[in-house]
Amino acid sequence: MAAYIVRRVLISIGVLFVATFLLYVAVASSGDPLAALKARPGISPATIEATAHSLGLDQPVVVRWWHWLTGVLTGNWGTSVALGAARAEVFPAVAHALWVTIRLVVIAELLALLVGCAVGAVAALRQYSITDYVATTLAFVLFAMPVFCIGIILKVYGIQLNLLLIDLGVGRWLTTAGPPDGGFTGSPGEVLFKFTGAYLLPTIALAAISFAAYSRFQRASMLETMRSDYVRTARAKGLSERQVVLRHALRNALLPVTTYFAYNFAAVFGGAIVTEQVFGWNGMGSLLVRSIQQYDPNMLMGWLMVTAVIVVLFNLLADIAYSYLDPRIRLG
Amino acid sequence: MAEITDTDPRTTTHPGKVPPSARPDGGEPESVYLTQGQLVRRRFLRHKAAMTSLTIFVVFVLFVYIAPYFLGYSLTNLSAGSYEDPSPAHIFGTDQVGADVFSLVMRGSQYSLQIGLLAAAIATVLGVLLGTVAGYLRRGTDTAVSRVTDLFLVVPLQAVAAILIAGFGGSWWLVGLVLGFFLWMPIARVTRAESLSLSQREFVEAARASGATTGRIVTKHLVPNMVGTIVVNATLTLALAVLTEAALSFIGLGVQIPDTSLGLVLNQNYTQLATRPWLFWAPFVAIVLISLTINFIGDGLRDAFDPRQTRR
Repeated sequence: MAAYIVRRVLISIGVLFVATFLLYVAVASSGDPLAALKARPGISPATIEATAHSLGLDQPVVVRWWHWLTGVLTGNWGTSVALGAARAEVFPAVAHALWVTIRLVVIAELLALLVGCAVGAVAALRQYSITDYVATTLAFVLFAMPVFCIGIILKVYGIQLNLLLIDLGVGRWLTTAGPPDGGFTGSPGEVLFKFTGAYLLPTIALAAISFAAYSRFQRASMLETMRSDYVRTARAKGLSERQVVLRHALRNALLPVTTYFAYNFAAVFGGAIVTEQVFGWNGMGSLLVRSIQQYDPNMLMGWLMVTAVIVVLFNLLADIAYSYLDPRIRLG
Repeated sequence: MAEITDTDPRTTTHPGKVPPSARPDGGEPESVYLTQGQLVRRRFLRHKAAMTSLTIFVVFVLFVYIAPYFLGYSLTNLSAGSYEDPSPAHIFGTDQVGADVFSLVMRGSQYSLQIGLLAAAIATVLGVLLGTVAGYLRRGTDTAVSRVTDLFLVVPLQAVAAILIAGFGGSWWLVGLVLGFFLWMPIARVTRAESLSLSQREFVEAARASGATTGRIVTKHLVPNMVGTIVVNATLTLALAVLTEAALSFIGLGVQIPDTSLGLVLNQNYTQLATRPWLFWAPFVAIVLISLTINFIGDGLRDAFDPRQTRR
């Protein structure tokens, strides 16, 4: 087991290492950091050359990548070159954005896992019943919807609910333009009010798509488990149906879904980028859009690096968890 | 949707299964032979949800390409006022600059479909080639392909695709190209698994023994035997590509003007949802129609190609 984990960790580090180079080339070739300078009237070629030299842009991309990578490994992530945010440190900016996004993603995914697994298991136990049809239809429709559209619809009806609440004298509940800047302060009741108001709609929007995937996955896995030999044995021993389902079937059927969750993390993150934009959250999504539109290579590399490390970490955890939970998986 | 369709192999006609009583003269029963293709076609034709979806999808595609010639306005004709309400002249009203929203949605659908098809085609060819070769050759090739797959899965595809699209311009074919290059990994994984098990079968061994090259075994023996898996996954990738494109264009990092797409139409009009709901619902329904029908078609194909596999 230990040898397996060490091997997986080493492979992950190798993958990350190569990935940083490819990403660096992709970022470097998709824009010109000196475009704004060159567009200025009356700039002499000598000035452009001098600036390129001072920024190291006259060196080959491999050398620049190596400089960047050694910088990152020693804690120097570089500074932003974008207008307005000039010379802002990359790492604190990415860390701040990540903290905003990760809270949203974790809450939404937990909700989606919980509801998705429950609905999928029930749908499998009552295959071809009304419940199953409703769950299947819902999953198919949610699956076919772009993530941001659910967000847009929720936002508009959220604003209308707010207007209704204001009429009733409760005040604005749902915040549809980012979480409150001052954080959540006040009495416990007020904190709860603000917290749910800020998180409710984005969480539902983000959880909806994952829910569709998890419920389908859980249904398939549960159907397979219920037909397995050990469930038949459990029934033959005379256990109650409740014990058979909860102790024997469900526990085993949950295994594929939980690992699918970890493997799926990159996709979930991608969905969060777009959902955030709808609700005006200042997280990873808006940081990415800003950095691309202003062509801020250091910020982009910081963004990609942090995301890549998280994704690789989740994949690693999934591999280890899977081989630990299911001993039949060959450690190879 | 999930009704029990006639996909049970036992009830479809099999060679030699005609009972003796089928021949009144008591002679040798005449067998009815159906090829694999005929069986698949028959099962698909009986899949109600998939057939309905296929019909809707085909009608929609034809409509999207033909209707603008009869009902549409030139998108440079901005004679109408800003934000006109729906009228017989402008079925979905006009947008901020006075362009006909019906024509915009038609054109957006055309581009979204083209992007989806291009992306799905590239992803399928890449995925099938890499997956099949890796599963057949195993050893170093397999390891190399799975490392490359890992590499592509390291960051959200939306992010890398957005960076590349921003760098090389947002024409529709570039978006399709880039999405294709980031959607092949699931197909490679599925075809690799199938290629691994097919490669153990006698007919592949026989082909190898008679001196067939790797290229010939892959194209003549492995790929034809995975047609079901490939077609189903290509369909699902098409739906995924349409949705991903919409998301990218919505945040302004996908298709750029003068090209367009449903995501871009949504981007430009969604803020009007509360006051002029049709501006949001028209492009929205078009996207959902495309991806929902394609998903159902894929589901029907899966059942048709492999009746044993339980639907997910």
